[in-house]
This record gives sequence, structure tokens and C-alpha cells, in this order.
Amino acid sequence: MKSAVVVFPGINRERDMMVALETVTGHKPFAVWHTETELPKVDLVVVPGGFSYGDYLRCGAIAARAPIMTDIRAKALKGLKVLGICNGFQIITEAGLLPGALVRNSHLHFVCREVKLKVENNHTFFTNKMTEGAIVSCPIAHGEGNYICDAETLKVLEAEDRVVFRYAEGTNPNGAMNDIAGIINEQGNVIGMMPHPENMIEPLHGKTDCRPLFESLLAA
Amino acid sequence: MKAHIKVTLKKGVLDPQGKAIEGALGHLGFAGVLGVRQGKYFEIDIAETNKANAMTEVRAMCEKLIANTVIENYDIELA
Repeated sequence: MKSAVVVFPGINRERDMMVALETVTGHKPFAVWHTETELPKVDLVVVPGGFSYGDYLRCGAIAARAPIMTDIRAKALKGLKVLGICNGFQIITEAGLLPGALVRNSHLHFVCREVKLKVENNHTFFTNKMTEGAIVSCPIAHGEGNYICDAETLKVLEAEDRVVFRYAEGTNPNGAMNDIAGIINEQGNVIGMMPHPENMIEPLHGKTDCRPLFESLLAA
Repeated sequence: MKAHIKVTLKKGVLDPQGKAIEGALGHLGFAGVLGVRQGKYFEIDIAETNKANAMTEVRAMCEKLIANTVIENYDIELA
């Protein structure tokens, strides 16, 4: 399982992601600078969290138009697995790889804490080692994680079982529609999520709830 | 030529920033505020001198970057 982590100016979670990937898969991921125009040969590309371009214009908007994104988009269409975490979710959504948008948290505050996530779909490349309906702990850290989309898109996401993660009932930290924390595209190879599973895989993180997510990559 | 672009949230898209501003106006004693929506304004200097061409170009800029048409509308004025 070879992977690459894309690095943009202002991103700050790429190291945590690279450590998590290497720890679980045994392969050191490539770090790919945003001005590159071609990805190395990999099975998975991760767009990590942070604050690319200082969240200028809209979160993820500038990074979504970076040179490397053209190759990511082209390869995603051909089935390359793409995982966007936090700002990465915002970036791949801005890039049109996932539907909808992430807007300012409904209460306007930045939230940085642990939340409970419900695994809604365990038939994906990032959740196949999870039990459907399982509730896991995962950290979040974002000011713009409020997922919105039009009514028709929401209906399709729900009908096609494309909500992968939901904030556990009554714990929605940002106002996201239907408590959505993470979704998958129609083809099943692009996942975006606001929480940071890479920070809940080692005993030193306090809990290891999210380690099976990374172990899922090995089976996918 | 200069393009003046207004980007506003689509109707129905929640605008928590607008709501916060509305609340602050209330605190200041402006009792008659019925609602606030916050948007963005851009000025772009462009080399193109033909208005129709400029409009086509600026519209493409809006579609590709300036606005996220999932949640925002844009309005262009050329001067």
C-alpha cells in the first residue's frame, strides 16, 4: 500500500498523517509539494489538514486549484483512492471531487476537542475494518466544518449510503446537515471527513479508536 | 478595465456571520434590523478592453475560483 501526502503552504497536519500511514502500512508515504504536476505511482493520495493559504477566499479554495490537483482529479476519475482530512476535505470538495461545501460552523466558534463518530458505512477503503454502527472517539479541530449541500444531493447521499461518518446523535459540533462528518463519492474511491483520525491511533494519543481506519487501507 | 464583483450566499444557505452581525446591531440599539447577509466584494484590473470579451473572461474567473457556485451567487459590473 503506497501512499502520497500532498503538501500546500499553510498545511500543518501532513507529518501526523505521514507518521500514521507509515506506522500502520509499513511504507513511508511520499510528500508531494503542491507545485508538482504528477503524483508518484501510489495506491492512495491523502490531502491532509491545516490552513492552506491561510483559508484565504474560502477554506481550501486556493489549494483546490494548485497544479498537483489537476493530476489528482484525473487519477481520481480513474479510480485512485483519495482521502481528504479536515482542510483536505474542504480542498477536495472545492476541487469538485465531492459534492456540497463546508461553511462556517453554525455557532461561529472554532472547535478543538474529541467527538464521537458513528461509522455509517463499513464498505469503504477506509472503514472496512470497522463495524457498521460502531461509535469511535476522534479529535476535531476546525472553524468551517459545517457540511451543506442542496436537498437533492443530500437525498442521494443518504439513499446511496454515502455518508461514511456521522457525529453521534446529539453531538453535532458544527451544524452540519444530517450530522455529516464524512462522505464518499459515487465511485467509492474518494472520502472526505472533518475529524482527524491520524491523531487517534497510538496509545500516546490517549486512545487508538481510529487505528482500524488505517488498517482498512491494507485490506482495500 | 475594472471588474467589480459581488459574491453573495445563495438564498437558504445559512449565514452565521450575518446572524452575528445582526445580533451586534441589535446590541447597538438598531431595533429595526430585519436581517443581515454578509458577502464579498472584489475589484479585478484586467487588460481586456472589449466589454463582451471582458465579461466572458471575468465570468469564467467567477465560475472557476472567485465564487463557489454550490453556495454562492456572483454579480459582475464592468467599468
